[in-house]
Amino acid sequence: MDIIEYLKKHENKDMLRFLTCGSVDDGKSTLIGRMLYDSKMIFDDQLSAAESESKKYGTTGEKIDMALLVDGLQSEREQGITIDVAYRFFATEARKFIIADTPGHEQYTRNMVTGASTADVAIILIDARKGILTQTRRHSFIVSLLGIEHVIVAINKMDLVEYSESIFDEISKAYGELADGLGIKNTYYLPVSALDGDNVVDKSLNTPWYKGMPLLSLLDMMDISKVQKEEDFRFPVQYVNRPDLHFRGFCGTIAAGSVSVGDEITVLPAGKTTRVKSIIDAGKITESDRNAASEEAFAPMAVTLTTEDEVDISRGDMIVHTKALPAISNNLKVMLVWMDEKPMRPDRVYDIKRATSVISGSFEKINYKIDVNTYERMQVEELGLNDIASCRMVLTRPIASDNYKANRLTGSFIVIDRITSNTVGAGMIVGLSRRETQSVAREYSEAEVALNAYIREHFPEWDCKTV
Amino acid sequence: MMTKERLTHLKQLEAESIHILREVAAEFTNPVMMYSVGKDSSVMLHLAMKAFAPGKLPFPLLHVDTLWKFKEMIEFRDQRVKELGFDLIVHSNPEGIDMDISPFEHGSKVHTDIMKTQALKQALDKGGYDAIIGGARRDEEKSRAKERIFSFRDKHHRWDPKNQRPELWNVYNTAIQKGESVRVFPISNWTELDIWQYIYLEEIPIPSLYLAKKRPVVEYEGTKVMVDDDRVPEELRKTAKEEMVRFRTLGCYPLTGAIESTASTLPEIIKEMLLSTSSEREGRLIDKDQEGAMELKKIEGYF
Repeated sequence: MDIIEYLKKHENKDMLRFLTCGSVDDGKSTLIGRMLYDSKMIFDDQLSAAESESKKYGTTGEKIDMALLVDGLQSEREQGITIDVAYRFFATEARKFIIADTPGHEQYTRNMVTGASTADVAIILIDARKGILTQTRRHSFIVSLLGIEHVIVAINKMDLVEYSESIFDEISKAYGELADGLGIKNTYYLPVSALDGDNVVDKSLNTPWYKGMPLLSLLDMMDISKVQKEEDFRFPVQYVNRPDLHFRGFCGTIAAGSVSVGDEITVLPAGKTTRVKSIIDAGKITESDRNAASEEAFAPMAVTLTTEDEVDISRGDMIVHTKALPAISNNLKVMLVWMDEKPMRPDRVYDIKRATSVISGSFEKINYKIDVNTYERMQVEELGLNDIASCRMVLTRPIASDNYKANRLTGSFIVIDRITSNTVGAGMIVGLSRRETQSVAREYSEAEVALNAYIREHFPEWDCKTV
Repeated sequence: MMTKERLTHLKQLEAESIHILREVAAEFTNPVMMYSVGKDSSVMLHLAMKAFAPGKLPFPLLHVDTLWKFKEMIEFRDQRVKELGFDLIVHSNPEGIDMDISPFEHGSKVHTDIMKTQALKQALDKGGYDAIIGGARRDEEKSRAKERIFSFRDKHHRWDPKNQRPELWNVYNTAIQKGESVRVFPISNWTELDIWQYIYLEEIPIPSLYLAKKRPVVEYEGTKVMVDDDRVPEELRKTAKEEMVRFRTLGCYPLTGAIESTASTLPEIIKEMLLSTSSEREGRLIDKDQEGAMELKKIEGYF
């Protein structure tokens, strides 16, 4: 093929991000290594480096250890495990793929949550000899929690069960029930052997009874598109661009829906209304045209909007269509994943970063903690590392809020420790908290705390709350 | 695969990078963008220009000049400053200049440490930057695959690979304490092929060193090194031959291996890359010093 023609074709690729869930023993790294290797994206010199390392740390004897191609950090190579999220890339004719390769053990739940947050599709690995394990339930729970709508169930090590159709059917059926219970919308089942490459790139001759596509073809063809126009327009203001007195543009990435010049918009949480005067699509800007005007734009474009009226708009605000307003509240029901060694306590104040706004707040009530293996609900006083819980989040200011299920980018937030500045948690908005309250998480001075203690001690009949 | 409602992979990557660049400008008080003159820097500069148009870049560019860069790189750099009008800061390690550090004499390890890693630390300390934007990509090397887009650094610019902040969705934690900083990698998710396709599509200027041409080269430590000036030791220079070569990466000329090639246009480069069997860093001598070399360099503060 002519190279110019080739380039034309490849300029128009789609992109798909997927997550692989499984443990060392499931052959996850091997499967990824196999996909990278077989799609010819592993270059020769990287391959020869893996060969010499196989002799040192390899677990596959004389065969090249595919896992060593993907385990990045030196400490991980020595221990033979994947402890952090790693991102890998490969491309086919139709798509560019970004793999979030995450560890499967329970102590690395936060890493898996991290990888899942950006994925469109999850591949769940199941060892054909073992069937559905506790970890399968855990991985599936996290996948559904993070709103991944497409799950590919790769039933691996089929070579070790003589490519048995009945074993494959049995596991598929059991997983179907699990997925239904979790509300996972689309599931796909594949019999594979990552080590030998069965049904990874090419259809395997060992599984004539399998009528579906091999893994790579499935990833290539599956439909993950959403109809952007039907979604409500959401635009978190990221940056105010004021190069001179004549121009004032509001920059950001469209989180959902589409917008056109002339649309009536509302700026939240203040509620001021104006119209879109112009749209600059950053993608269309060139060195000679620095004002590339567009009539409309849609998610996930990075754009700059200007408004008809001079309204006060700043970073952290959300611009929406006046005809499709979200709820505004400072009191939200959320699912929280705790990611820090230091426990989450309801009396602590944290910084909550949602889209482009940072507001302080607390998780005033832990409704229940959920066991990721059994899905049992438990009452707890605080949350430890990797705990997942339903909480009531109270912010010091109201925000325009969407449910995570409806909008991943405006329904999600991270939790930042105000002393260490570390990311200590991540959460998803589930809805407004039913119990409306005026009490907002505020910080009290020493004198106020002393006053509170005094009242509690001397006037117990007032039922005064502890601050 | 693209419909009107779905962006192509390059447009998605572009939008993601612009989002990251704007996040830096909005959240940090004193950011800087590393500029190495190479193709990745050229793409970053282009993305930044898009992110802040019609305004100018809200941060300066920083070039750590080891004084051993290809002459053409410096000319190209100064030309871009004229054309785009950004602020450029150039820093070289004065102690290294006093010691007359030479990769030929002191070796790649010492040269890189003093003229690159130490020089970078000096420049960052001098500038007191709280965010440093770099052009590293996750597909370049295995330890990079695990690095965050907003990658935290302590007071000594050190990276702790085992204690990285979780990074979810497109919500980046930009909070730091005094003296700490963040390295930001807006093109983390681009591959080498993406970079080339984007340069081609957007007609981004790049130094012609990437294109094949007859150049004087010598065999040095297993690679072809271009004789860019007369600091190449004389006995080596005597062996110079004119060959059709180009460079897949640009750095210090004595440490940047040329590859034999006839690819003299962008499409030809991309074709060559697609058919190539060796990865980009093969021509770069510094990664080979020891196994896990990049991971160690990064922990010490190298980009």
